[in-house]
Amino acid sequence: MQAYIPIFLMIGVGLFLGITFLTLQRFLGPHRPNPEKLSTYESGMPPVRTARERFSVKYYMVAVLFILFDIEVIFLYPWAVNFRALGVFGYIEMILFILILLIGYIYILKKGALQWD
Amino acid sequence: MNLYEIVFYFFAIVTVGSAAVVVFSRNIIYSAFSLLFTFFGVAGLYVLLNADFLAVTQLLIYVGGILVLLLFGVMLTSNTISVELKTGTLHILPATILVALLVGLLTATFWTADWFMSKRASDIAAQTTSKEIGDALVTTHLLPFEIASIILLVAIVGAAMMARRENPKSQIPI
Repeated sequence: MQAYIPIFLMIGVGLFLGITFLTLQRFLGPHRPNPEKLSTYESGMPPVRTARERFSVKYYMVAVLFILFDIEVIFLYPWAVNFRALGVFGYIEMILFILILLIGYIYILKKGALQWD
Repeated sequence: MNLYEIVFYFFAIVTVGSAAVVVFSRNIIYSAFSLLFTFFGVAGLYVLLNADFLAVTQLLIYVGGILVLLLFGVMLTSNTISVELKTGTLHILPATILVALLVGLLTATFWTADWFMSKRASDIAAQTTSKEIGDALVTTHLLPFEIASIILLVAIVGAAMMARRENPKSQIPI
């Protein structure tokens, strides 16, 4: 519990700063909106169409693969915590683990699932 | 109230409050985004229970992965963003019975469970689970660990298969 105090402080400072700045600008700043100011900023160009459109299903594939490799990271994390204690044996085990997943990655590349066409 | 309780109630309020928004919001995007805070609050509760590995898993997988997938699921579907969800009250009698049963079950579990109570907070505070889990993964639980990679491999292959029908043109040399 003691070890997490910096994290809680970080959350606290983040919340405090965010809320304070958002409320202060409401009271301190001038509030004179016009249609030009209220329009969406799109790299300086007039925005085209609405932002609320259907997204391409290709993004979903990337998200699915991201989760799978995210789970791989979860396995890496407890191993990395005591990397030194586990020594060479643990290192070889982890290399084996990653190699198996590397096969999957090569398969994806070969399959062209990451191709953006 | 000591610091521990303050932090606990903070995370409990975040979790329950955002979960309520998930259920009651009429905009599905708001629901999905407030699920972020529910997951975050649960991760905080895990930290308070000294389950630090579980907390990291919660943050990485649920907040970082599952939620993104869920948001994509919403954005890929047509018209869900603009259409208001219909939230009506239906089937009051079966719902009441089911909820009453669930509440009864949870309350019974709450009273009969043999809760672990530490006399001093420092008894459990010193331990971190990540180290032991990492230790167990490559020593005593080696086979499940390697099998997990095989399962992940199968999932990757399955995802690639689903995403793309066999198309010789799309194959690229590496």
